[in-house]
Amino acid sequence: MSEFQPKIVAFCCNWCSYAGADQAGLRRLQYPPTARIVRIMCSGRLDPVFVLEAFRYGADGVLVAGCHTPTDCHYTSGNFKAERRVLLLRKLLEQLGLEPERLRLEWISASEGEKFARVIEEMTQKLKELGPSPLKSA
Amino acid sequence: MGVFLCKCGGNISDFVDLEAVKRAVEKIDGVVAVEVDEHWCSSPAGKRIKEVIKEKNLNRVVIAACTLNMHQPHFMEVLQEAGLNPYLLERVNAREQCSWVHKDSPKEATEKAIDLVRGGIARAKRLTELSPIVEKINKNVVVVGGGVAGIIASLELAYGGYRVFLVEKSPTIGGRMAKFSKVFPSLDCASCILTPRMAEVESHKNITLLTYSELQEVSGSAGNFKVKILKKPRYVDPALCTGCRDCTTVCPVKVPNEWNMGMDKRTAIYIPFPEAVPRVATVDGEHCLYLKHSKPGKPVCGKCVEVCKAKAINWNQKLEVLEVEAGAILLAVGSEVFDARRVPQLGYGLYKNVITSMEFERMINSDGPTGGKVVNPVTGETPKVVAFIQCVGSRDEKYNPYCCRIGCTATLKHAALLKEYVSKDIDIYVCYNDMRTVGKGFEEFYRRVRDMGVKFIRGLPSEVKQKPDGTLSFNVFDTTTETLYEVNADLVVLAIGLVPSPDIEKVAKLLKLSRGHDGFLLEAHEKLRPVETLTDGIFVAGSCLGPMDIHDATSEAMGAASKVMGFLSAGEIVKEPIVAKVNEDLCSGCRVCVSVCPFDAIKMEEKGEGKFVAKVDEVSCKGCGLCASSCPTAAITTQHFTDEQIRAQVRGILVGT
Repeated sequence: MSEFQPKIVAFCCNWCSYAGADQAGLRRLQYPPTARIVRIMCSGRLDPVFVLEAFRYGADGVLVAGCHTPTDCHYTSGNFKAERRVLLLRKLLEQLGLEPERLRLEWISASEGEKFARVIEEMTQKLKELGPSPLKSA
Repeated sequence: MGVFLCKCGGNISDFVDLEAVKRAVEKIDGVVAVEVDEHWCSSPAGKRIKEVIKEKNLNRVVIAACTLNMHQPHFMEVLQEAGLNPYLLERVNAREQCSWVHKDSPKEATEKAIDLVRGGIARAKRLTELSPIVEKINKNVVVVGGGVAGIIASLELAYGGYRVFLVEKSPTIGGRMAKFSKVFPSLDCASCILTPRMAEVESHKNITLLTYSELQEVSGSAGNFKVKILKKPRYVDPALCTGCRDCTTVCPVKVPNEWNMGMDKRTAIYIPFPEAVPRVATVDGEHCLYLKHSKPGKPVCGKCVEVCKAKAINWNQKLEVLEVEAGAILLAVGSEVFDARRVPQLGYGLYKNVITSMEFERMINSDGPTGGKVVNPVTGETPKVVAFIQCVGSRDEKYNPYCCRIGCTATLKHAALLKEYVSKDIDIYVCYNDMRTVGKGFEEFYRRVRDMGVKFIRGLPSEVKQKPDGTLSFNVFDTTTETLYEVNADLVVLAIGLVPSPDIEKVAKLLKLSRGHDGFLLEAHEKLRPVETLTDGIFVAGSCLGPMDIHDATSEAMGAASKVMGFLSAGEIVKEPIVAKVNEDLCSGCRVCVSVCPFDAIKMEEKGEGKFVAKVDEVSCKGCGLCASSCPTAAITTQHFTDEQIRAQVRGILVGT
């Protein structure tokens, strides 16, 4: 059995973070093949259900990535909405028996390919420490 | 459904085993065709997609290739041409977000690609037909900034038949160019070429000139912006003021004159320079005694009122907010000059006879503070030795790494003016890094100035000192002759570069535009889209994009004006149908969506018997989906990003279907 490779669902906003992930590619930055990106128009589009369902279907971690606060959001304030939701979701995850660290929020701009790669690297490392999601076997 | 996997000439297939991807997804329910090609973006491959759509009667298409920020319009057109609604296309990013970033782990990259394609297939199943939203375009243009770029762009647009609102924050248009004496390399008189164009702006029937005004707020989107402009009170009625300047002879207040780089004083009521447009006095509210110190019934000063025959002074003017509707916005907010005080070792601010190139510019200008006489500010006499120091604040990691692009030729101009207009006997030294004379006629000009006897030293001094007799002295190592020189000069001129102004930051925030690492505005593409921004309907020109000379600023202004005209002349704009949609049966009328919408795009509509439901204005909606993620009854969703579609994609990625 090879080493545990966590699976991360990464919700990226269209304007900053999706483009930031593209930037990592353009610059051929290498990071662990653990993240699967789901494009949403704004991090504020994130419905808490999306995150809960991702865990239910076996994700080991979820990343929510949007434009930098306070001024970068293409839609003015969507990133603040995302921030509040993630804070609440992390509390909820704890009550469900999941480590809140499995859910991470990051602001990644269109030019921050390096940050995108670093975040995935760090998250992968953290999830390897935590091990597979306890919901996986349930 | 058909799935098209792209090798991208090896960019994808060298690291992702596309045959394995094919095997993994071809059995998924609904998938009737999986094909692999070298380049799906090519024209023959496009034909093949169309053939497969028709042969297999496809009603969904999934293309796994590069990022959807590339080729998306092309692929949508392919679907359209095959008779399929273009919104039934799903793109999977297998290159930027997969093959290129996992070169060392092809096995895992292939697994990831399979997950992503499965997610795409699951999402594609839930896609629905959509039609783009077509909006009519408002044909007005707001031009921000009345420097040479803003002036030229406004005139181009006005002569093209478009209505222009030109917004300038100062009391007059003209910008930095209006301060120049001559322009390089021809040594034409700057005001002789600029002021007639300024007068045209004032008289052109298609231009509404709003000076002493600033951009306050912009809402709406490309084709239909609503622009709020703050008009500051100048306490003078422009319709009555004759520009006689009698008021300026009696005003007792004296403050540093920004027009002359603070080298002399102006009054609190002032006209910046004789050719100002509009030639109307402005009261500087910060310094005017009447405005600052008068109490009800106890006016202070008011001398200007007494002397004004036209009765133009009006203390009742207030801040006004004007609302303008425009289809496009053209930004030409300019830049500012580097503050030489930041390099204290060169002595600016310490020694009066160290001046900046902008101060030299005003000094040698006949309407400047010395009436065109170049003097040593310490002695008041014509200098015998003048030294120019290049690249102050430019090409220096400590300040700005970029080249200011104007410093070399501006100094050549200053040296030539000294030799030709002041005295050919003045000894001139130019200490430089590299002579960058890249414009048309610039190199020839450089030769001409060398032939005048100006001495060029390839090296920069690290420190300028003042001797007890007031002369300045510095050591400089010439790297061409490998000799250390000591230069003694009466006057040292620092060639300062251009830096981003606070206005750039302000408009960038207001309009959500990106700025580069240097702080200047970012064009949509540095080579191929130099006068557009990444936001539709917002165009840009001049030195707010980066340092440039008048020639380049003018070229960009004309380019931007042409782009604006092209954009507006289409008459309509096609908008993506990614907007919110309400299911009225589910809407409980709670108004949460109204409160979270950043664009005021949702209103409540009465359906009778006290029942209210949300109604989306598709024109204002930008499709962020904040309403959809906040709605407690899932009554509102965003088209093309419905809950169902996103959830299906997540499930597809993780469990395969």
